Amino acid sequence: MPGPTIRVQEAAFDLGAESAALTAGRDDIGGLASFVGLCRADDGLAALVLEHYPGMTERALQKIADEAWARWPLTGCTVIHRVGRLVPGEPIVLVLTASAHRAAALESCAFLIDWLKTSAPFWKREEFAGGDSRWVEAKATDDAAAARWAKPA
Amino acid sequence: MKILYFAWVRQKVGLAEEDVTPPASVTDVAGLVGWLAGRSPGHAAAFADPRQVRAAVNQDFATPAQAVAPGDEVAFFPPVTGG
Repeated sequence: MPGPTIRVQEAAFDLGAESAALTAGRDDIGGLASFVGLCRADDGLAALVLEHYPGMTERALQKIADEAWARWPLTGCTVIHRVGRLVPGEPIVLVLTASAHRAAALESCAFLIDWLKTSAPFWKREEFAGGDSRWVEAKATDDAAAARWAKPA
Repeated sequence: MKILYFAWVRQKVGLAEEDVTPPASVTDVAGLVGWLAGRSPGHAAAFADPRQVRAAVNQDFATPAQAVAPGDEVAFFPPVTGG
């Protein structure tokens, strides 16, 4: 069984095409969960510019996906994160998880998006219509969301 | 030692990367931060509050106590904001 698929790319992705690619020719998948993160137009935002650390970012995503693969009985997993300049309405991140049953697919999908927000080296800069820009600050609520998946000591 | 900077740390330092040869007294990430901060006003501004800066050594997240050695790739950046 193949392991997780990880991609960091500037190009847009298509949820339908990625779902079809993950499930094509398979008869062992009973549930496919998906999460798509989109660029919101908060406070007059004109664009988000996403920066990453080539090499480390892919390694970090692979580690997070491998962790999900080890913790849940997954039969498929795709994680795609875009970089570069994105305008409101565009997709930023895709997480797909497949399993024989829904619980593993849904839980691992939530785990992956919570963990990649705090454990993968990406940085967002917001550009506004007036020409101002600012770096997005990390949120304590994201740390708390990731922490709920910590294994008991 | 190869040093990489990302996001606002890169903007404040004014460099995306540089090759440096710290003195032998620099043995960990915290020591490296202290030494780098003395290289220019931009470096000093980037590391003015070290608690706001995260580090990676050889592409793994690192604590201030993590050892560094010649030949390592060390990166400094703000807390991550992907997803």
